[in-house]
Amino acid sequence: MNGEFLTPIDAFTVIDLIFMSMLVVVGIAIVRLKDLFAVVMLSGVYSLVSAAWFVSLDAVDVAFTEAAVGAGISTVLMLGAMLLTARQAAPTKPARHWVALIVVCATGAALLYATVDMPSFGDPLSAPNAYIGLEYLKRTGPETGVPNVVSAVLASYRGYDTFGETTVILTAGLGVVLILGLGGPAIKRKKTSAAKAKAAKIDQSKILGAHHVVLRVVSKMMIPVIIIYGAYVQFHGDFGPGGGFQAGLIIASAIILYALIFGIDAAKEAVPPSLVRLGAALGVLIYGGVGVINLLLGGNFLEYNILNPTHPSHGQELGIMFVEIGVLVTVASVMLIIFYGFTSRQPDISDKDW
Amino acid sequence: MSELLHMLDILRPYVAGIALLSGGVIVLIGASGVLRLPDFYTRLHAAGVTDTLGTLLVLLGLILLSGFTLLSGKLALVGLFLLLTSPAATHAVANAAHKAGLKPRLGTVQSQPPLDASGDPS
Repeated sequence: MNGEFLTPIDAFTVIDLIFMSMLVVVGIAIVRLKDLFAVVMLSGVYSLVSAAWFVSLDAVDVAFTEAAVGAGISTVLMLGAMLLTARQAAPTKPARHWVALIVVCATGAALLYATVDMPSFGDPLSAPNAYIGLEYLKRTGPETGVPNVVSAVLASYRGYDTFGETTVILTAGLGVVLILGLGGPAIKRKKTSAAKAKAAKIDQSKILGAHHVVLRVVSKMMIPVIIIYGAYVQFHGDFGPGGGFQAGLIIASAIILYALIFGIDAAKEAVPPSLVRLGAALGVLIYGGVGVINLLLGGNFLEYNILNPTHPSHGQELGIMFVEIGVLVTVASVMLIIFYGFTSRQPDISDKDW
Repeated sequence: MSELLHMLDILRPYVAGIALLSGGVIVLIGASGVLRLPDFYTRLHAAGVTDTLGTLLVLLGLILLSGFTLLSGKLALVGLFLLLTSPAATHAVANAAHKAGLKPRLGTVQSQPPLDASGDPS
């Protein structure tokens, strides 16, 4: 076992080490900073660096998700949450928590001790490389006809897990709704916002035009392209990195960008909160519905083979496509629910916050 | 004609290497500028150079290396995206700072008050 640690250091090892030390540096900076705005930005940087590291480790799908979630959406959501709270962390007295120190040291020592038993990086005999991983690689092509093994494992072999994850995302959205509310009754809200817009039309257009003309023009060019890119990521997920999770985040971020530039009311008129609420549940319904259709056709829950009895692999492709659409709808809707939930507490993103 | 194309094909990796290297150097210059320049606006200027010229040169080098393929088309799209978004982002940040009332440091270094750790004039 000891001999395997003496692998020759190649360029990729050096790059991995650089990324890991950058992560440590960013982590320490996050712990030490008191300015919450800087902390949010640095957590975005942390996600971006780890996404780059995942690319270097050949985990492209994970890197894609990490970049979309960590560096993209969660930064915006954190900023939205920060609108409701203070910019600075509450000052705490530096005190010595000896018990905490002991717990941290003991956990760290246990983790370090556990690494000795871990297989070395790229070990062909390690569990994920030897048994089930190899089996997935062998069987995915003939059984599902989907070139991207990650998509096949996620949506077909581990379809139950992904169904659970989609439900978890819906539950997260419901939690935010329960805490922050739905942003007021929809009909009343619409009336007031329309009336307000009419009253403030000249004024608002003057202010917005004066400050954000470059941003407005660029984002108007970009938003349709971003949404098309989301569709590409969605439907190309069978062949390359991508899929419902990433595409949902990308489409949600396009709408959030619209809200940031043109105001939350304009975004709510384009994508009404009621539609978003419907979508969050609809996605899970689509996912579960595919499973129920399989049951009705005489198969097991989420057994896509039954969708096309003559060509089981075509049935798999069809099932994976619909399931990914369900994931897309739920993820995009829940991200927007959370965003609307945070920002509806403020009447608008006022110009001072820029 | 075909000889000329052959010549260009031989030259391709070298031109790509030059583009990649100069892009890297420009990114390095931008990074040192972000660290060394005196105030927010000049630092932003250095960061903007990194975003546009540095990354675009790196992308150009990668496009030349990958040849006439789908990959180079995707890289060109990434370049177009960066060309549109990074100046807009730089503009937004500078505009926000200006709106928030941050004044640029003017005049010589000697006539200025010393900076505190965060880079704001104390």
